[in-house]
Amino acid sequence: MPDAAIELVDVNKWYGTFHVLKDINLTVASGEKVVICGPSGSGKSTVVRCINQLEKHQKGTIRVDGVELTDDPKSVAAISSEVGMVFQQFNLFPHLTVLENLTLGPIKARGMSRKEAEEKARHYLDRVHIPDQADKKPIQLSGGQQQRVAIARSLCMEPRVLLFDEPTSALDPEMISEVLEVMVELAQEGMTMVVVTHEMGFARKVADKMIFMDAGEIVEQGNPEHFFTNPQSARCQKFLSQILQH
Amino acid sequence: MKKPLLLLSVFLLVAGCASSSTWGWYVIDPTTASGWTNVKFLISGMGATIQISLIAAVLSIAIGLLVALPGLSEKRGWRLVNRVYVEFVRSIPLLPMLFWVFYGLPIVFQSMGMNIPIDPFWGAIITLAISDSAFTAEIYRAGIQSIAKGQSEAAKTIGLNYVQTMRYVILPQAIRRILPPLANQFIYIVKMSAFASVIGMQELTRRANELVVTEYRPLEIYTLLIFEYLVLVLIISAGVRWLERRMGADERG
Repeated sequence: MPDAAIELVDVNKWYGTFHVLKDINLTVASGEKVVICGPSGSGKSTVVRCINQLEKHQKGTIRVDGVELTDDPKSVAAISSEVGMVFQQFNLFPHLTVLENLTLGPIKARGMSRKEAEEKARHYLDRVHIPDQADKKPIQLSGGQQQRVAIARSLCMEPRVLLFDEPTSALDPEMISEVLEVMVELAQEGMTMVVVTHEMGFARKVADKMIFMDAGEIVEQGNPEHFFTNPQSARCQKFLSQILQH
Repeated sequence: MKKPLLLLSVFLLVAGCASSSTWGWYVIDPTTASGWTNVKFLISGMGATIQISLIAAVLSIAIGLLVALPGLSEKRGWRLVNRVYVEFVRSIPLLPMLFWVFYGLPIVFQSMGMNIPIDPFWGAIITLAISDSAFTAEIYRAGIQSIAKGQSEAAKTIGLNYVQTMRYVILPQAIRRILPPLANQFIYIVKMSAFASVIGMQELTRRANELVVTEYRPLEIYTLLIFEYLVLVLIISAGVRWLERRMGADERG
């Protein structure tokens, strides 16, 4: 499959003797939006963190844009320029202004000029609907704004794939929608996305593929319509009934 | 803190003036010609003490960082390098290390075919810097480890390599927690520099020792010596407190 942005083949991972990922097979086509859900401890965050090499898998193959991920520093460099990541805790750099957060990667890792990087940064701040906060420090922003800055920071690296690790889980309820709105817009513009989330409304709206994980396995995957209306496994049915109740 | 100190100095003065049979302040009385010569002689060691301390502190700060970084590695081998250095250096008392560096190291150099003499000045600096670096390394390590892991992860995802991550993301944040204890460590160096007197370095303590030998007035001369260190350390402490206030204010803002 040459068009696959991400390909996981029989990926296994252990923390000591604890088997966190069991034979994970997953293909994300270019432009596809994949939503991963599942109970906590199911390994869904670990999948995403393996894709951008924040964690190492012990068995199996992960390819990003056709490049296999190994310990080779070249492969690490290759993925960091292809794969963006949005964290649950934002992980903005608190000692830098919003603008500096956004330009650090392009200037230092890409060798872009400051002027060009700042133009790009302002462009993406505009796209996440916070054009006026460029000179503030992250701590002066609301959680929702901080997460949107984090999204803009990833976009400044112009990644082929954007990974989201529970991007709204640390947010107050009233701020979730402003972040989801930005994510929906990104999806509509054709960004390839892998999103770990419990926001099922978002999933229904944008997902091309739903994945349900439990105990380190992909238990069920399919298109959203099928997934929500007619889940096959008992575990998935139970999970959905629990989170869709309210 | 200031009151007992003041009381102590008043007591010493009164005691000294009241019973001239035990105190002989004349030896460092700046109003007499010989007393003034003595005082100048004693204070002239200040320059060397400050020089040794400053250079040793700068070296210790650099060596400490170099030692701390492998201690933060995920690779066990690197961490071992850090542990061995810290545990080994930390366990050597300053005086034996000073003797080893001053008397022993030139012989090591000689046996390797190099003729590198070590004078008291550099012998003291090397010893102080290495001895202190084990502690600065631990200060760095604690400071860097106190920065959340998410920071280096985020840096990695925007393509920064290890050196860039340290330089632009981790160290600028860690420095606020590192600087105050590092400055405290400087006080330690200033005090330990007194050991340089035993290898003949003409600094504060050496000057006092030499004057005691000719004047036979240890009580007055060593009292002045203690006050010389006190003044030095008080100035540094004031600097440290200023630094801490600045850092604290910065963190809130």
